[in-house]
Amino acid sequence: MPESIRKFETTKTEWDRIAASQQFQDLMATKKVFIIPAFLFFLVYYFALPILVGYAPAFMSTKIIGNVNLAYLFALSQFFMAWTIAFLYVKAAGDFDRLARDIIDKAEAAPGSQPNPDKGGR
Amino acid sequence: MSTPLVMFLVFIAITLGITYWASRRSSGSSAYFAASRRITGWQNGIAVAGDYMSAASFLGIAGIIAFQGYDGFMFSVGWLVAYLTVLLVVAEPLRNAGRYTMADVLAYRLKPRPVRAMASISTLTVSTFYMIAQMVGAGALVALLLKDSGISYRTAVVGVGVLMIVYVVFGGMLATTWVQIIKAILLMAGTLLLSILVMAHFGFSFSNFFNAIGHVTYHEKGQEVVKDFLTPGLRYKPPYGALDLISLGLALIFGTAGLPHILVRFYTVPDAKTARQSVVWAMILIGSFYIMTTFLGFGAATIVGRDFISTHGGTNMSAPLLAQALAGNIFFAFISAIAFATILAVVAGLTISATTSFAHDLWTNVIHNGVERKPGEEVLVARISAFVVGAVAITIAILLGPTANVAFLVALAFAVAASANLPVIVLSIFWKRFNTTGAVAGLAVGLLASIGLILVSPSLMAVDPPTVTGAARHLIQAKAWFPLENPGILSIPLGFLGAILGTFLSHEPSSEHKFNELLVRSNTGLGAERAGAH
Repeated sequence: MPESIRKFETTKTEWDRIAASQQFQDLMATKKVFIIPAFLFFLVYYFALPILVGYAPAFMSTKIIGNVNLAYLFALSQFFMAWTIAFLYVKAAGDFDRLARDIIDKAEAAPGSQPNPDKGGR
Repeated sequence: MSTPLVMFLVFIAITLGITYWASRRSSGSSAYFAASRRITGWQNGIAVAGDYMSAASFLGIAGIIAFQGYDGFMFSVGWLVAYLTVLLVVAEPLRNAGRYTMADVLAYRLKPRPVRAMASISTLTVSTFYMIAQMVGAGALVALLLKDSGISYRTAVVGVGVLMIVYVVFGGMLATTWVQIIKAILLMAGTLLLSILVMAHFGFSFSNFFNAIGHVTYHEKGQEVVKDFLTPGLRYKPPYGALDLISLGLALIFGTAGLPHILVRFYTVPDAKTARQSVVWAMILIGSFYIMTTFLGFGAATIVGRDFISTHGGTNMSAPLLAQALAGNIFFAFISAIAFATILAVVAGLTISATTSFAHDLWTNVIHNGVERKPGEEVLVARISAFVVGAVAITIAILLGPTANVAFLVALAFAVAASANLPVIVLSIFWKRFNTTGAVAGLAVGLLASIGLILVSPSLMAVDPPTVTGAARHLIQAKAWFPLENPGILSIPLGFLGAILGTFLSHEPSSEHKFNELLVRSNTGLGAERAGAH
């Protein structure tokens, strides 16, 4: 436990201790489980569009509903893909906030230590 | 006085009122640069959307779709999906670990002076290029819209420049944010109205609308052509079209998360959770807007037509001309005023991000080693630099003239953001071994590669027929050395490579020791600066 603000801010062992704590490891694991698959999925789904449109324009011009073709529908689906991932992320992020809150509370409850806002971003 | 001029003046009066109100609020660095971090999630979301929906989106995309159909819609898709990178990767860590600029985050682990100096050069480059493109666009547009009122290109450029200086110098981030919010609401309302009118024209039948898009008629080299505008390939043609599309996609997906005027917005909110909410609000607005470019662009192609637009101001006039065709001169004036408001607000947003970086990164932290010599110095320097930035942008825009080919400047801004800024932001947050040499090398290589490749791309290098004269001619009259319009596909990997190689060339134990601090701060918000007092 740090003895003072000075110790908290100058010796970096406090940050190392938090980084190594089970709580922080849980937070990182929870984040990774959502963010990495979501990021990779969106990259693959998005780049499929320019690749297909660029290299298979004839296929993408296939008409699906009336004059509306596959290229337009796939492009339109990108909007809903982006909104869906954003919605799922916000839901998942509720857990991140809770875990992060616990870590902050614990760090701030440590005797004499409170993060100094003015050191926020040198 | 013409109707467009009256509407412009009403908008200007409202925004000056906001600036006056903002200037009387509490002072100080946090208030000036970050609106005291008291902007709420939805407000910031609208402002982010406003910063992003520039004239390039509103007038540019409508024009590209009107002239080249489906391929133009590809821009719309990329510009929304790119926000997933912002949401998942950069917004929250940046808010948690920074104060005013992206360099704040880099400076945690790395040696502050070299890193801030390079990051600031990159920020100023992106902002200036983007701003010059907007100023030239604004001048040409206003001169065209207000030609009945006798307003010239030069007057229009000076007017836009002076207004943006007033917003930024007197109103700071608070005024800039509110100007952005009002403009975004106007833009959404105008676009929605225009979309409804387009559908009304087709009897609210999607099948009528899409059938019309299937048979767009225009003249090319004296010949009448009929094309299906939903078919890909009207803009991006073989042999390099497919690669150019992918390159554009890469620049948008990785560039948006490195655009300085978007990143500064995340410092105006109280915490990371609000930063996240604001991205989601922005995505709702931006997504709805870009879906509606379907109606704007294809509506202009089918209702107004390429032939008419070509002889009445060119591609950028597609949306205003569509308004005129559908609902007459008053609506034309309204849409034109919105376009003007859009440019003005984006230019102000760019100016504040450039001046923040200059004052906070270069002046205080590089030149004066992180110490503000007397209170208020940082804000004073920012105000002075807003004058300088404004004057430089006005001068360059006037020298270039209204016919200058400036569309590539926006592509360049995205390419620099994606190739220089994003790699170092991502590596400093996620890679323990990363160090100062890597960051400086990554920023330098990304910046130089983007600029170099654009210089030798078809945007600037081509052989024009003798009929093309003046500023519309390509700068270098020779076959382009690099075949793609967008350098992203090569410059982004080069930026990452520069950062990684630079890192391995040197060893910096202090950066590795401080990795845990940045990791904890960026993921939890521990020690982050909160909202300011009333």
